Amino acid sequence: MASDTAAISETGAEEGVRRRDWIHIAALSTAGVGGASLLIPLISQMSPSADVLAASSTDVDVGAIQPGQSIKTTFRKQPLFVKRLTAEEIAKAKADDGADMRDPATLAQRTKEGHEDILVTMGVCTHLGCVPLGAAEGENKGEYGGYFCPCHGSHYDVAGRIRKGPAPLNLMVPEYSFTSDTVIRVG
Amino acid sequence: MSFAWAKQYEPQTAFTKWLDEKLPLPRLVYNAVGAGYPVPRNLNYMWNFGVLAGFCLMLQIVTGVVLAMHYAANAEVAFGTVEHIMRNVNWGWALRYAHANGASFFFIVVYLHIFRGLFYSSYKAPREMIWLLGVVIFLLMMATAFMGYVLPWGQMSFWGAQVITGLFSAIPLVGEPLQVWLLGGFAPDNAALNRFFSLHFLLPFVIAGVVILHIWALHIPGSSNPTGVEVKQESDTVPFHPYYTAKDGFGLGVFLIAFATMVFFLPNALGHPDNYIEANPLSTPAHIVPEWYFWPFYAILRAFTGDLTIPFTGIVLIPAKLLGVIAMFGSILLWFVLPWLDKSPVRSGHYRPLFNKFFWFGFIPCMIVLFICGGAPAEEPYVILSQIATAYYFMHFLVILPIVSQIEVPKPLPFSITEAVLGTDKAAEDPRTGTVTAGGTGTLPDGSLQPAE
Repeated sequence: MASDTAAISETGAEEGVRRRDWIHIAALSTAGVGGASLLIPLISQMSPSADVLAASSTDVDVGAIQPGQSIKTTFRKQPLFVKRLTAEEIAKAKADDGADMRDPATLAQRTKEGHEDILVTMGVCTHLGCVPLGAAEGENKGEYGGYFCPCHGSHYDVAGRIRKGPAPLNLMVPEYSFTSDTVIRVG
Repeated sequence: MSFAWAKQYEPQTAFTKWLDEKLPLPRLVYNAVGAGYPVPRNLNYMWNFGVLAGFCLMLQIVTGVVLAMHYAANAEVAFGTVEHIMRNVNWGWALRYAHANGASFFFIVVYLHIFRGLFYSSYKAPREMIWLLGVVIFLLMMATAFMGYVLPWGQMSFWGAQVITGLFSAIPLVGEPLQVWLLGGFAPDNAALNRFFSLHFLLPFVIAGVVILHIWALHIPGSSNPTGVEVKQESDTVPFHPYYTAKDGFGLGVFLIAFATMVFFLPNALGHPDNYIEANPLSTPAHIVPEWYFWPFYAILRAFTGDLTIPFTGIVLIPAKLLGVIAMFGSILLWFVLPWLDKSPVRSGHYRPLFNKFFWFGFIPCMIVLFICGGAPAEEPYVILSQIATAYYFMHFLVILPIVSQIEVPKPLPFSITEAVLGTDKAAEDPRTGTVTAGGTGTLPDGSLQPAE
């Protein structure tokens, strides 16, 4: 009969729970889970690939750095400054720990326990991204004896903290750890 | 267009009413694949492959766009970037295998879709345009797949490109300059690889556009069905949703099980190991073969080993190479005239005993032989076999089909789809006087919906 082919009511609410609802819910849920799980590779493939992640850690040998000496290297394609502070520099940094500064931080917060003479910071000015001077021999260390950014005149102290100038934050200390007494792994 | 008894879209909420007034997209969906589109109730699983082909197109576009984030089309690094995808990119191996096997599955599904069209004469009036658009889609698919296979820049990529672009040099007069223009050089190199990447990215979207036209053209007369008898009345149809959304969903599930099996357990089964060797213009592989889906056409190309000459004079009219090229393209281009070659007013092969025999014992074996010969080396016995099969192929469409369609005696058709499905149709018993009788509520003796007679 012609009426056999009338479309089936989808809501069924007026009839209560029907036998066929079970298979509808089961099939659509399974398809939904399948469809959602398809998204995982599609989204994950945009995350850093294995080679990028491998290049995302850098080992630096700090054993050869003399007190008062800095080295410049790279970390994730950006400049990295590693400095061994002299005893006077450590004292000066600690003395300033409570001083009035834009981004307050103590030397202890910016170094590792037992290695407070090793300062590891990014060589990127937190103002607009230039590479500050002061890491190489003979470069201008600014008024606070640390780093000086020539672009807009930001002065960082011996602990890499912003003391004068437009930069809003201290030089960034990346995640690092001592894998041995003389080697750090950054990132 | 839809049938008179199709359900009308009725927006319920204030938002859907507003949307229906401004941009009636939900109405379009409802009328195309929803409860508002009546479809013959007797479609068998051979009618699933159109939807599966559309799914494969979406799959290839999604995986392709994502792969393009990591691939570089420069001859120095292309092969390396594919290995980078396989080894470094998160889930890169899965995406690459999905895209490569997706192409194979796209062709499997499309070939089954075409074979449905050939057996049930889906190409006949009033559906000729759907068929023509379909042949265009197939040609675009072949171009896309060919260029895509070149991109990994393996041995088969390079030498396949060399062979196929070499075909153009067979064209008299303009052949060689045309080949150089196509390649941007004198052999496949960086210029060719870059332009193939660009076009490979573009064509799927062109295919998508033609697919929209293909479906639009289909929705004018609506689907054919396994009996070939056109829809006459409401009892001949069911609404697309939920009947065919459910059936197509099930078919998609079966398809995905097969697809997942290949991608995760047999990912290189359909590929050629030589393509894991970087392209070397100085070293030709022992047997150059295209991917399996091109094998029948490759067999036709290679079947022509002798020049067409004027006998006893040694004057060459058409060299063998050009004959092969013409035959290969001709074998697909001839599908464009199929609606006018097959003169039978009966559509379905189930009701055409002579056509049926030639289809199953002539055409299908011929395609199988061409398939096998295409993947085999160009030696005996494959050469003679491909020549016989090529001869049959053209005879089947150009000679056998027109003659059979005129002389055969078809089996009697059912009165309607309802009769074919339910065994009886009340409308068949009512006198066809043109007045609506009290018997069947759905009977509309509408002369415009008669089968093509």
